Amino acid sequence: MLEIKNLHARIAEDGTPILNGVDLTVKPGEVAAIMGPNGSGKSTLSYVIAGRDDYEVTDGDILWNGESILEMDPAERAASGVFLAFQYPMEIPGVPTMEFLKTALNAQRTSRGDEPLKIPEMLKRVKAAAAELEMDLSMLKRPLNVGFSGGEKKRAEILQMKLLEPKLCVLDETDSGLDIDALKVVADGVNHLRSQDRAFLVITHYQRLLNHIVPDSVHVLYKGRVIRSGGKELALQLEDQGYAEIIGEAA
Amino acid sequence: MTAHTLIKNTQAESALIETFGALVDTLPGAATTTTARKTAIGGVSMRGLPTRRVEEWHYTDLRNRLKQVPEGDARTAGDALTSLADGMVRLDLFADDAPSDLPAGVRVTPLRDLLEKGELDRSLAPADPEDVIGALNAAFVSYGVALAIDDGTHLETPLELSAFHGEGQAHLRVPVTVGAGAKATIVERQVGDGAALITGVTELTVGDGAELLWVLVQEQPADTDQLTQMKFRLGRDSKFTLAILNAGGRLVRHEIRGVLEGEGGDFQMRCVNLLGGESHVDVTMVLDHVVPNTTGTEIVRNIASGKASGVFQGQIRVAKEAQKTDARMACNTLLVSDEADFSAKPELEIFADDVACGHGATVAEIDEDHLFYLMSRGIPENQARALLVKAFVDEIIEELDHEAISEALVAKVDEWFAKNG
Repeated sequence: MLEIKNLHARIAEDGTPILNGVDLTVKPGEVAAIMGPNGSGKSTLSYVIAGRDDYEVTDGDILWNGESILEMDPAERAASGVFLAFQYPMEIPGVPTMEFLKTALNAQRTSRGDEPLKIPEMLKRVKAAAAELEMDLSMLKRPLNVGFSGGEKKRAEILQMKLLEPKLCVLDETDSGLDIDALKVVADGVNHLRSQDRAFLVITHYQRLLNHIVPDSVHVLYKGRVIRSGGKELALQLEDQGYAEIIGEAA
Repeated sequence: MTAHTLIKNTQAESALIETFGALVDTLPGAATTTTARKTAIGGVSMRGLPTRRVEEWHYTDLRNRLKQVPEGDARTAGDALTSLADGMVRLDLFADDAPSDLPAGVRVTPLRDLLEKGELDRSLAPADPEDVIGALNAAFVSYGVALAIDDGTHLETPLELSAFHGEGQAHLRVPVTVGAGAKATIVERQVGDGAALITGVTELTVGDGAELLWVLVQEQPADTDQLTQMKFRLGRDSKFTLAILNAGGRLVRHEIRGVLEGEGGDFQMRCVNLLGGESHVDVTMVLDHVVPNTTGTEIVRNIASGKASGVFQGQIRVAKEAQKTDARMACNTLLVSDEADFSAKPELEIFADDVACGHGATVAEIDEDHLFYLMSRGIPENQARALLVKAFVDEIIEELDHEAISEALVAKVDEWFAKNG
């Protein structure tokens, strides 16, 4: 279970406060959507959960299965089951995608005390996941994300998620830059991963994605705080009325 | 009154001069060749080895760094070497005879034959008074081959040149002609086992419309000094790619002196210097664009670890006539140890007024965004950093237009990291 309590965070470099007391609980099996206008702190929230050191937590806590993760580095958080699907996945020249997948998967397995996977088993899993996401295997021979289109990068993120089998999946604007067909493929990939012991935090600006990944709860983030929470109908209300009304009510 | 030499010879200088005296009558060559050799060693003897006061040697103080000169002939049978990749045609530069099973269109003449006929006398003259590598090589050269690839020959299999040495000295020279319209890949290995001093001079002519990929892999032991020179001339519409991997040696200097003398000529250099232990590796390039419409891009990537030091001097000269020259040069270094250092000296000398030229030299750092991305997938920080350091050099190796060779070079990089990482 993810419990975010009164979380305050600022940009490390210049001290600009971004998160101003976020409270949020996501239970195992739950898909929670975080919506909000641009600049409300959605992406920051995802980075702070993943442990990016560009942000400083000044107050509050993030508990993952009852334990604070604030002192853990990003790799330790990942090993504990946290996964962030990036809005803008990095291109990393010189690192072959396949080697990256193998290194990441086996690093996580090793830290959990599992045997590293042998290459044939690894390949089998990658092929199966790639087929499900309608990805061309030749892409995986290229350096990580280099020359991938926006849609290919998003698929590659979901591919990694499938392989790493995290327990908390944070999807940061996974719908941005996707056409409707790619969106469906990606959403199917996510839906296949939904299970009783896995929680999702789906961050999105638009309701569109939530037609395909139907959330259990919707939370509106504004100026670094959750100003409204509700069921999936809240997303539809936002789509109809825009953010202004809810922001007005909260103010 | 007798004139006294004010500065005493170093141990290495004395050894070189004495060795020459002992060997001169046994070195191969015509009488005129012996004269050329004596002139060459005379210059070294008179001026001594260069110190940092000599501009070309400012970052590599040869006089101080060349501590001693091993005695004896470093020649071995050459069997100890494993080919860089499968299916290469091996040419042992120590061999007395040319191999009998050469591909069609390839001609090989042992250097000794040319020396005996005095045919190399002219090329033995050093390029200028500071051309110490040329002079030392001219004085002692006794091994090598002349390699000719006939016009229009398209070589499917790479040629692999090597002189796997033991302890001692070896001085090699390789004149190479790639004929008009020919296509070839040549791999040069600089490797051996045993403390040695190796000098080498490659004189390369790339004919009109020819395409050549030359891959130089230097992985000398930590007690071997390697001083080499590659001089090349590129013909019209020719394309020459020089890929260099330095992954060893104690004192290493590669001088590259190229002239783009035919319109449409293109020179590409990709150089990876992996500096570890206490090695010192110096890549010094002088490139002349002398006719219109030539292009050149040189990319140098360095990883400096341990107490190693490295140098890249890159001088691009664009003559007044060489309009529309496109010349680019970049040198990036990752320092992974506080005790390592790297000196980069890029220079552009441009006399034409309609050119596109640029250079950059940077000390690179691991990209924090990349590091975060890798760590967010569960890769521990030290492992993620190692991946990114390797990626920094693999990136330019993977671009090479020869898959088997790129893969073999990446494997060499892995090997180096396993030893030095």
